[in-house]
Amino acid sequence: MEKNDHDDKQGNGYSRRGFMQFIGVGAGVVGASLLSPPLRRPLKAEDVGTIFPASEMVKVRLAVNGTVHAVLVEPRWSLLYVLREIIGMTGTKIGCDRGECGACTVLIDDVPRYSCMTLAVEAENRTITTVEGLMKGEELGPVQTAFVETDAFQCGYCTSGQIMAVEGLLRKVESPSPEEIRLGCSGNLCRCGAYPNIFAAAGKAAQLKSK
Amino acid sequence: MATRDKIYYTEGLPVPETPDLGTQPAFWKKTDLVGKPIPRVDAYERVSGTAVYPSDILLPNMIYAAILRCPHPHARVKKIDIAEAGKMPGVRAVITGDSKEAKGVKWKYRDMEVPLFDSHCRFEGEVVAAVAADSWYQARDAAQAIKVDYEVLPFVVDYERSLDVSVPRVQEKGNLLSEDTYSRGDVEKGFAEADIVLEQTYHTQCELHTPLELHGCVANWDGDRLTVWESSQGVFAVQSRVAEALNLPLSKVRASGHYMGGGFGSKLWPGKYTVISAMLARKAARPVKMLLSREETYLCAGNRPAGTMRIKAGVRKDGTITAIDFDCIGPSGAYPAGGVQLVDWLARDLYLCANVRTRGRDVLINAGPARPFRAPGHPQGAWALEQMIDELAKAIDMDPVQLRLKNVPLKSQAREGTPPYTSTGLRQCLEKGAEKFDWQASLERIRKFNEQNNHLRRGIGMGACLWVAGGGGPPSTVVIKLFRDGSINLNMGASDIGTGTKTIMAQVAAEELGVQPAIIQIENADTATTQYATPSGGSKTVPTEAPTVRNAAIALKQELLAAAAEDMEVPEDELEYIGDEIIWSRDAAKRLRITEVSRLKKRGVMIGTGYRGPNPADKVVNPFAAHFCELEVNILSGEINIIRFLGVHDSGRVMNRMTFDNQVYGGIVMGIGFGLTESRQLDERQTGRLCNKNWHDYKLPTAMDVPLEITSLPIELDDPESNNTGAKGLGEPVTIPTAAAIANALCMATGVRFTRAPVSPMEVVRKLSERKEG
Repeated sequence: MEKNDHDDKQGNGYSRRGFMQFIGVGAGVVGASLLSPPLRRPLKAEDVGTIFPASEMVKVRLAVNGTVHAVLVEPRWSLLYVLREIIGMTGTKIGCDRGECGACTVLIDDVPRYSCMTLAVEAENRTITTVEGLMKGEELGPVQTAFVETDAFQCGYCTSGQIMAVEGLLRKVESPSPEEIRLGCSGNLCRCGAYPNIFAAAGKAAQLKSK
Repeated sequence: MATRDKIYYTEGLPVPETPDLGTQPAFWKKTDLVGKPIPRVDAYERVSGTAVYPSDILLPNMIYAAILRCPHPHARVKKIDIAEAGKMPGVRAVITGDSKEAKGVKWKYRDMEVPLFDSHCRFEGEVVAAVAADSWYQARDAAQAIKVDYEVLPFVVDYERSLDVSVPRVQEKGNLLSEDTYSRGDVEKGFAEADIVLEQTYHTQCELHTPLELHGCVANWDGDRLTVWESSQGVFAVQSRVAEALNLPLSKVRASGHYMGGGFGSKLWPGKYTVISAMLARKAARPVKMLLSREETYLCAGNRPAGTMRIKAGVRKDGTITAIDFDCIGPSGAYPAGGVQLVDWLARDLYLCANVRTRGRDVLINAGPARPFRAPGHPQGAWALEQMIDELAKAIDMDPVQLRLKNVPLKSQAREGTPPYTSTGLRQCLEKGAEKFDWQASLERIRKFNEQNNHLRRGIGMGACLWVAGGGGPPSTVVIKLFRDGSINLNMGASDIGTGTKTIMAQVAAEELGVQPAIIQIENADTATTQYATPSGGSKTVPTEAPTVRNAAIALKQELLAAAAEDMEVPEDELEYIGDEIIWSRDAAKRLRITEVSRLKKRGVMIGTGYRGPNPADKVVNPFAAHFCELEVNILSGEINIIRFLGVHDSGRVMNRMTFDNQVYGGIVMGIGFGLTESRQLDERQTGRLCNKNWHDYKLPTAMDVPLEITSLPIELDDPESNNTGAKGLGEPVTIPTAAAIANALCMATGVRFTRAPVSPMEVVRKLSERKEG
């Protein structure tokens, strides 16, 4: 945002949309304040209750797989929407857009997060890793390789999310127990029911990574 | 007969014939590649994020669509005001029933034709208006800004009350959509001959498909030619329905979907949304992406209908089943959609029984229409029948596996002329399954465990099934192209819905042509570039396409032999195709690599076309299965913990052991959901609306709910009569007897019969305390 139009009384009353936008900008600024120089002036306490129009675009810089993308977004846009439809990285999938299925899982600072529940403005100044970011050029990363070798998917639509969940787990725990693997995958639905093979893939990936 | 069975996956579609081949190639005795657990040919694309699913399509200038849906289970649209919505930022097109584009556009529910935008909304989630705008968010905002004046009408959503005199009519002709009856023998006589007659009513709740990829498409016009990328199980069904709705020549509609993120029957054909996307794209003169929201898919993308099944059965002490009387009622939804389709099939056909009578009543309610769901009717029928068989076994003091073994049919009793099955692996499934599961010893072990009398009780249970289809059949056409460098294109219309179809077809072609599967590139699921195939569903894709691929490979080999005969100057019938070489049978030193065949070198490409031959006349091709389950119940909290599961399947030849086992696991997981957690909740009394239209409130099995020990055991019977590969279907039987096996295990653990699926911990506690109070 070049200029803060916080005093513009565009909306006339409280709306869920307005509320979401406000939360979005506020949260975005937490990230932005860490930047030097800040992209936006921090919000002040008296701004509470201000409603921005949906069309108000904000410039954010998203560091995805080591590349910084500067994009104009509406404050309410999810990281998922921006990754897929604006930046054009469609490896991250949309299953529910409401934080239930995990198809959109990405790593934010090495921790698996639902990108549908993360606003793009929140993700500024964070390290974002998507399934594309696990590749070494044309070569599959160890978790991806393990998924191929153990046939850990059927339709493949939840797979990016499952892979990122396992990647996140293995970045935290080098050789997880079966129970840790189950817990690590428990935020990701697979309607085809390939869970037994996904668990096997996680075990195999731990081995491949330690080599 | 199997070939003449009318089956749901092509319902309402004009299906072309493929030419009769005359002869069939010989059955493979031994295979080098087919059956091997090779990783999927498209695994790299799927794990790297490079596979482009229809929801991933991005086109220049593409915009986004959203649909406004009726929030009431029954209402009439009186007035729609789009003035405000049309002026909102980014909005490029709005269509309602009043728009000129919508005039005369129809949609079909089976044989019932209705306007695409129908002002009479008969279920929550019916289409009212649609918008296309620059961003997804703007489209949804604009859809919400459309003002609709509804006349809210009285509704019925409780199917068990839908035939009451006092309830509102969903359609003008009343709420009884159809009543099917079937009978053989004399049921009353059968009951008179029985030593034991039992009767019980079973219920199953409505289950929703919820594939991970949302229903949706991208539509783009290039002049008067429409291209639709649809998340679909059958691109030819998309082409056919869209062309019909928009009155376009088939040649002007291209439907494509190289990848798709799950369907389970709900994507056998397109939705109203597909046609609407095309209309919006034309109006906005832009490509349009339409993805339904998850909530919308719960409302209008189909379901497995709930059902009430009363079953009465008689048995003699020696295990002879003397009679079965089966009555079921279930809802299609607001339009004809198969509310009780095939629910009674297992009662008719799974076990030997001379006297059978069934009745099914399909009723209308004000809720989203059903769509075929993985083995339509069968898991429901198995829930009732397989529990009843266990009760009969208990009543005559016979082991439930033994009672089933005594009644294995070798013929299809419910089909006209009682034709034999090409193979009945049910006996082997039961015997080998019981052995692998350690059934007898487990019974003893568990009885001892339960005598400890603490709050944990264990039980084992089993269930068996057949699947009415699964033999495949014509039509299908496959083209194999051999390029001059020896690389190969395999061109087929069928979708790979996650079952490994592409991989298996590469294995079949490679087996026949003596090459490695890796050099075969598969082009599939695109109406503009591939040959006709029926939608992938009904466990018929492999038994349909694999023989066709084999025939195409053989046709190509014949072309090559004819060409090589000219080069080698020997008679064609003295040449043999071995590996990737052509060898003279009289002198093996005289040989020619296929890439050296001069006609291939000159033309650059040679083509083999294969057609799917007919199924055996007067015989039936069906897969069979048995599932075994061990579980533990906490009788204080009602919590159910599944300890181990075994799926034993006769699906003919195992085409790829890796994808085979994966299907078995997946079917069991889905069956666990059907038996224990999944249930669509309609607010029957007050609003008639769907209360749990999301994955938080409608619970699928997660990583925490699947048994740690889950095993697949194929029964591989040679079935040369089924088709030239010997493969039978697998995708549906894997989920048919699962829930019933769980219920039978629950009964052993608790001594209580759970007749209502899903069985929640609350239900367990309620039933157990009922028993205590006596």
